[in-house]
Amino acid sequence: MVNIEESNDKSLVGHTPKVPVARAAMRSQDHAEARDLGQEKAAKVFEINGLHAYYGDFCALRDVQLDVHQSEVTAFIGPSGCGKSTFLRCFNRMNDLIEGARVDGEMRYHGLDLYDQNIDAVEVRRRIGMVFQKPNPFPKSIYDNVAFGPRIGGVKKSELDNVVEKSLRRAALWDEVKDRLGDSAYGLSGGQQQRLCIARAIAVEPDVVLMDEPCSALDPIATARIEELIAELKTQYTIVIVTHNMQQAARISDRTAFFSVEVSDSGRRTGQLVEIDRTEQIFTNPEDPRTEAYITGRVG
Amino acid sequence: MSLLSNPAQIAQRATDSLQLKRRNDVWGTTFKVCLFALTAFAILFLAVLIGVMVVDGWPVLSNRLSVFLSQGFSQRSAGDAGVWQGIIGSLQIALTTAIFAVPIGVATAVYLVEYAEGSRFARVVELNIRNLAGVPSIVYGLLGLTVFVKTLSGLTQGKTVLAGGMTLAAMVLPIVVITSVEALKAVPSGIREAAYGVGATKWEVVAHQVLPASMSTILTGTVLSLARALGEAAPLILVGAATGFLSFGDANFMETFTGPFTALPVLIFNFARQPGEDWSANAAAASVIILVLILMINGTAIYWRNRLEKKW
Repeated sequence: MVNIEESNDKSLVGHTPKVPVARAAMRSQDHAEARDLGQEKAAKVFEINGLHAYYGDFCALRDVQLDVHQSEVTAFIGPSGCGKSTFLRCFNRMNDLIEGARVDGEMRYHGLDLYDQNIDAVEVRRRIGMVFQKPNPFPKSIYDNVAFGPRIGGVKKSELDNVVEKSLRRAALWDEVKDRLGDSAYGLSGGQQQRLCIARAIAVEPDVVLMDEPCSALDPIATARIEELIAELKTQYTIVIVTHNMQQAARISDRTAFFSVEVSDSGRRTGQLVEIDRTEQIFTNPEDPRTEAYITGRVG
Repeated sequence: MSLLSNPAQIAQRATDSLQLKRRNDVWGTTFKVCLFALTAFAILFLAVLIGVMVVDGWPVLSNRLSVFLSQGFSQRSAGDAGVWQGIIGSLQIALTTAIFAVPIGVATAVYLVEYAEGSRFARVVELNIRNLAGVPSIVYGLLGLTVFVKTLSGLTQGKTVLAGGMTLAAMVLPIVVITSVEALKAVPSGIREAAYGVGATKWEVVAHQVLPASMSTILTGTVLSLARALGEAAPLILVGAATGFLSFGDANFMETFTGPFTALPVLIFNFARQPGEDWSANAAAASVIILVLILMINGTAIYWRNRLEKKW
């Protein structure tokens, strides 16, 4: 764990490593966490404070404060338009790619502010991988889909076969594709394509995997396989998942954050975090009446 | 419609309405016939055009095809005239056009779509390029005469294949840019996001994912625009394609790029201006040859496109 943090700190901040500061911050967080949750000592991977997300002058997400813990699955639930996908895309600076998108506030990753000027967004995305709503394999072979990330990351040709096999095995896809690695990824079923996308994301050895409704385009059987996979992956990765499906959040996540949406007079939707807690707490005894209304199906 | 409550009634009405009635779907049939008639007209028109060309050119195509293909242009007699110099000239011009138009056009498109996307500058440039695509070719001929033949004579050596190719490159450039822009825009955003998501830089996203994914479409558009360039006569005449006697002398292949030149469409224009049946037969035969040439180039392009696509 400590190794991961060290490498993160060095590689993300181009010229001016802030290693000592970040590490000190880490330690004090560990202690605070330990006090808060008693027996649970999971370190915080992300600490988010007063985060606002804007598209142009429109505020899509207001004043979010939450933490994401190491080797846990954190789920974001809430009605459509509540900004949960927007929020997820703040974690690996994917929103940078959308013109006019802007983030205010603090998004700390192992103590480093991800939106600091010294942070290399490309390296951030390598550390914090992403799986998207619709399976989006490259129009290339199965092998090349997985190999793309490691290849541009400088993995040697001789090691590439190993990396591809390891990633496909972890994504529980190896047995189904090992005899046709050279075939087009478009020949796979939707569920297989999504597992390929997961393999592609973990092939660059990220620390965190973000998943934006990864099962919304899949049938129940394919969904079940992805859920099983998520349960296995969380031993090695920290997972943040957006889902429309409350049962899914209840089944797979350790913590759940509920977002709600405020519609202004002009019809614009601004999302906000209502509460975040251990998943069983959210689903059995939520603090906020809005959460209760949503999970019991009275709203949304 | 009366409310049906009795199951027997519901069943009766269902069976009644589902029975295929031999009623006349007048509008549907009329529409279909109209579409077919218009399609047939378009095909007929083409068929007549090709038929007339082949029939008119038949004396040349059947009697002295090899001579016609291998002989240079001669004004002395229709029976001696050949199109060899035209074929060579046209191919050289097409090559020059491709060398100039494709890199510049594709680069422009990549810049507009990937780097300047959505900016005011990109919108203004794109709109103007679309307008340029509609400019008549003769205007490009004038441009070529002033810029490539006169101003840049140090580079092109005046009225040469180089000047002609550059002129046609300027002419097809807007088409290459537009088709490339469309091809790049058609690449699903999911592919770009996925590439960024594993830590690719912009350059890696464009070079490794977006360009390969759009290559087959770009190739098709480019070749179609080259086919258009291959058929142009007017701009070439303006930049000085020889319409009269042309001698290569003992110039080698490379030297012909900077020597006097001609092209198939220019030869056709010239044949057609001469009086007499024999000359018009030459014109028709040359037209058939240019058609075959274009078909061959397009065919090669389609073959390559399918090979590129078949992989994925």
